[in-house]
Amino acid sequence: MTFRLTNTAKTYPDGTRALLSTKLTVKNGEIVSLLGPSGCGKTTLLRIIAGLETPDLGSDIWFDEDNVTSLPVERRNVGMVFQSYALFPNMSVRANIGYGLKMQKLSKPEIETRVSEVLEMCQLQKFSARAVNALSGGQRQRVALARAIAPRPRLLLLDEPLSALDASLRESLRDELAVLLREFNITAIFVTHDQDEAMAIADRVAVMSNGRIVQSGTPEELYRHPNSAFVAGFVGNAMRLDGKCTGSVLTLEGGGLRLPGEGSGNNVFVRAEDVRIDDNGSLCGQVETITFLGTHYRIGIKGITPNLLTSIFAGQSAPKVGQSVKVAIKPEALILLPAGEI
Amino acid sequence: MIKSKTKILQLTVTLTACAFLFVPIILSVLAGVTANYFQGISSGFTLKWVFRVWELYADSIFLSMRLAFSCLIMTLIIGLPAAYGLARNPGWLSRLLEEFISLPLAVPGLALALALLQLYGSMKGFRTSWTFILVGHVLYTMPFMVRSILAVLASIDLKTLEEGAATLGASPWQRFRDIVVPNAMPGILAGALTVVTLSIGEFNLTWMLHTPYLKTLPVGLADSYASMRLEVASAYTLVFFVLIVPLLMAMQWASARAQRISQ
Repeated sequence: MTFRLTNTAKTYPDGTRALLSTKLTVKNGEIVSLLGPSGCGKTTLLRIIAGLETPDLGSDIWFDEDNVTSLPVERRNVGMVFQSYALFPNMSVRANIGYGLKMQKLSKPEIETRVSEVLEMCQLQKFSARAVNALSGGQRQRVALARAIAPRPRLLLLDEPLSALDASLRESLRDELAVLLREFNITAIFVTHDQDEAMAIADRVAVMSNGRIVQSGTPEELYRHPNSAFVAGFVGNAMRLDGKCTGSVLTLEGGGLRLPGEGSGNNVFVRAEDVRIDDNGSLCGQVETITFLGTHYRIGIKGITPNLLTSIFAGQSAPKVGQSVKVAIKPEALILLPAGEI
Repeated sequence: MIKSKTKILQLTVTLTACAFLFVPIILSVLAGVTANYFQGISSGFTLKWVFRVWELYADSIFLSMRLAFSCLIMTLIIGLPAAYGLARNPGWLSRLLEEFISLPLAVPGLALALALLQLYGSMKGFRTSWTFILVGHVLYTMPFMVRSILAVLASIDLKTLEEGAATLGASPWQRFRDIVVPNAMPGILAGALTVVTLSIGEFNLTWMLHTPYLKTLPVGLADSYASMRLEVASAYTLVFFVLIVPLLMAMQWASARAQRISQ
């Protein structure tokens, strides 16, 4: 299903503008992530799409050729995975998954077959007779997903589906979810504040800030060509290089740096993995902090920018704290964004 | 040694307390089956008084049963949607309403009865009908039903559960039937237990509202104490126990079961 939403906004009765006029299109079978910090309006947008919030007048939501703007939630035929899963404690796993099918008035045997099918897809056969309270967090998450997709919804919505799990489980379920969603071949929108999650699962990411979508694109596009300081910082933690641009040379406290293009009027950003400790580097700094992270070291270097400049160092032996180091940054790794924007 | 001494002390206190509670009951029950209370047990046992009670007060027993079940149905019809409404719309207005519903708990039954008499006393058909007593019982037991359901509903994330059901295609009525009611069941059962027990045992409000033709179980009990032989009055107590104890046990069992399911 192709999903289209135009001119959609949400203002609360007290005047808070949770969502500014927004436009979003999701192609058939595409998985889109709404990514942003808490309070950016991403959950509001998802709830408006589901029909759980009423948008302001003038908003328009289309499922294919149907305008669903004024359709109540129960008639939109969306599947939703809630942050808290919202599994019905009065029903078994099987009954939870079958509930949406029951609402579609399917016959008993048909419900049985469809539920069994979904149970198998989500590897939940073993738990089908259990009460939902007797499941672990990861199992509950899968039941919630199974329940949402069993009625074959036109659109699947996921609200922070992994945030209630502990960190180690989250990572493995993240990949599992990405595989499952593609297996279902379903149009899906999911909300997250975790950029790794968004990149791992989504075909396209829409970054949100202060009630609007600031940039939307594939994970690579967002990472390589952010259009604002906010996106550069939120996706991949880019650091601003605070210095003076003259022509295509940036002068920092710790030395000069060649830019890929005309630098004046621009802010310059760089990511930690592009900051290399290199004896032939043009920048000079001093190691202030070292954090060992197993596969690599995170090294904080002072004396190059007003704040610490972070470098990812993958070698066997890291420099010592207090040691002077040379730093190199390739011109093509620098991100130039017009100054004066947020 | 010390340990066994404390044990003995504990046992003595417990047994004394039990005796304190049970001896009057046993004496009363015994009096109800004694041929002549003033001669004592030596006069022999008989069920004559129990049959006598049935003869005289069968109507009271049926009236009380009818009242209790009607009262239960009324409190369910009004109390369940009320508790649901209060749970779904928390705020100062809901809290105020909740307090308002609970007022009959604080106002003495006599005052409540007096107010009902002042308002409806002149409506002859209603005044002399058993439904007049029912109104009093519903007013008096409503807070127990509403509060016990509300306590259960407040402990679950009702809003999200309902939203979950809504996204699966359930209409508001289906959500109420499939999600709200089953999850509120422990509260409904606990409330029902309280309402039925209170309604059967309620005396002071009922005493004000009753007419000579409409005596409930406790009003009949007072009547028999006042005007019958002591043996008849005691037999009445026995009948009362026989009726109410199994009911209490059944409902206890039901609510314990519902609680187990909900966990």
